[in-house]
Amino acid sequence: MSEIRESDNASRIMAELQSLKEAKSTIDNKIGLLEAELRDIQNDGASSNGLSPEMIYRYSRHLLLPNFGVSGQQNLLNSSILVVGAGGLGSPALLYLAACGVGRLGIVDHDLVELNNMHRQIIHTETYIGQPKVKSAASACRSVNSSIQVVEHQEALRTSNALEIFSKYPCNSNNNMAIFFCFNLVFLIFLSFFILLSILPLIHYDHMFTIMWILMISMTEHFVRYDIIVDATDNAPTRYMISDCCVVLGKPLVSGAALGLEGQLTVYNYNGGPCYRCLFPTPPPTTACQRCADSGVLGVVPGIIGCLQALEAIKIAASVGEPLSGRMLLFDALSARIRIVKIRGRSLQCEACGENSKFTQQQFREFDYENFTQTPLSVSPLKLNLLPNESRISSKEYNEIILKKEPHVVVDVRPAHHFKIVSLPKSLNIPLSTLEARLPEISSALKKEEEDNIGVVSGSSAQLYVVCRRGNDSQRAVQSLQKMGFTSAKDIVGGLESWAHNVDPNFPTY
Amino acid sequence: MQLTLEFGGGLELLCDSKKIHNVNVELQNGEDKLTMKDLLSWVRTNLIKERPEMFMKGDTVRPGVLVLVNDCDWELSGQLSTSLEEKDVVVFISTLHGG
Ligand SMILES: [Zn+2]
Repeated sequence: MSEIRESDNASRIMAELQSLKEAKSTIDNKIGLLEAELRDIQNDGASSNGLSPEMIYRYSRHLLLPNFGVSGQQNLLNSSILVVGAGGLGSPALLYLAACGVGRLGIVDHDLVELNNMHRQIIHTETYIGQPKVKSAASACRSVNSSIQVVEHQEALRTSNALEIFSKYPCNSNNNMAIFFCFNLVFLIFLSFFILLSILPLIHYDHMFTIMWILMISMTEHFVRYDIIVDATDNAPTRYMISDCCVVLGKPLVSGAALGLEGQLTVYNYNGGPCYRCLFPTPPPTTACQRCADSGVLGVVPGIIGCLQALEAIKIAASVGEPLSGRMLLFDALSARIRIVKIRGRSLQCEACGENSKFTQQQFREFDYENFTQTPLSVSPLKLNLLPNESRISSKEYNEIILKKEPHVVVDVRPAHHFKIVSLPKSLNIPLSTLEARLPEISSALKKEEEDNIGVVSGSSAQLYVVCRRGNDSQRAVQSLQKMGFTSAKDIVGGLESWAHNVDPNFPTY
Repeated sequence: MQLTLEFGGGLELLCDSKKIHNVNVELQNGEDKLTMKDLLSWVRTNLIKERPEMFMKGDTVRPGVLVLVNDCDWELSGQLSTSLEEKDVVVFISTLHGG
């Protein structure tokens, strides 16, 4: 009884928390918009270089850099950068791009913030767990710099929307943004008129319309697209898709990747340099594409690569320095080594950017990236179905077996370092890769279980169950166990995740 | 011939999880130079301990592996026909996709 009351209480509190959080975020948004509006009104006193007193103060340390200075900052303020992925790479990249004053900063992501993101995705705070990453990241960017325009694209990148997201202003996005956009446009037109009037005596009258026209065109250009794309995603098909889209639209791509204790960084499709496909014309086998969710990643490693991505994007946007095009940075955290290598140039035979086979927008829309890489675009974990139903039991059924004290042995086939994180009581860890060599251990465990149960439970012999993290390796293990004589071996469907989900909510997941 | 071979991006898992290998590759009888083609087959026989298909496909590296000779993409030096010299550094690195 009391358990039921407690769970009722908990859900009531959770619902109340949720509605309070929503109210809080609405208020925060309103505050941000009003502050930005006020600042725009107060910033009318722009100096001759177009920077308001507040901008000069905010970006003073940039302006003091002889190699960056006013022109670098003006270029940044006029630039627009899209970051695809608000995860481990995107977090620091977005924070730095917002802070440095990129005029328009777009964020694409379709995921929700989870507790197991927090160790590396430092843009998100615990308050946002369960909420869209885009919303959380945009709010963090706005709180760092409310004077820039932050655009939220809360959707997964697909061939059907990538061209539009990269190159057109999202007209159907939220109203506040549209108002802000119009306000800015009017402000800029007004500002340029003012500048023109002040230099009017110096120019010939009929040149004025030409200048006005050029200004208008350049402003519309400025407001309808992103100049630079940052790839902060986590899977092969999306990486090919982003690169091809950049080739089709002629945009530079700052590409970063991180896994485990290593990172890689380069700039593609910049100034005649290679694209992703020039370097990797054929996709790697799926077995070579590891995910952070399976292989792990030290949080600070994508952080470092994400910072470097922000740096490269800033250099391109501000037109300073030498972007990392035609070169690749390889980072090895454990040995503290950074290696910068020279990579091939644009390939004439490249399917995307080569001389004879220029990819068109239509071809891009129709290209099947999932089929090309044999990998799904969304990184939902694989769900195999290798065994007949009679060779499987659910986690709830396994729980019944424990409660009834039926004689059995449960073999956990995860790698040993996974087993150390958490395991079922009395489970025997035999990693899948060592299964064949350790069959005798299973035989003797079964024999011991039967001996221990003589006289306690009548009749039946000890059963063999196999478990893993999500229920894929356990099926592979049962297949080989059955081949090797353990014909009644069964796997626990959905593995430990299902156990945590359906039997013991307090069982840790990772 | 003394060479330094480095494996990264997960390829080190195929050779005892060791990233840097200082090796001495003997020239074949009658040959006076060592090409990348020779080195690849030497690596496959002498260093790769498991899943060779994760390292090679046919007589070259599998898709998604970058080969760097003295910090330079082997595409720029002739791929398999690149000839190696004493104390060269050859890096094999698998491209990463995570983030
Ligand atoms: Zn290309």
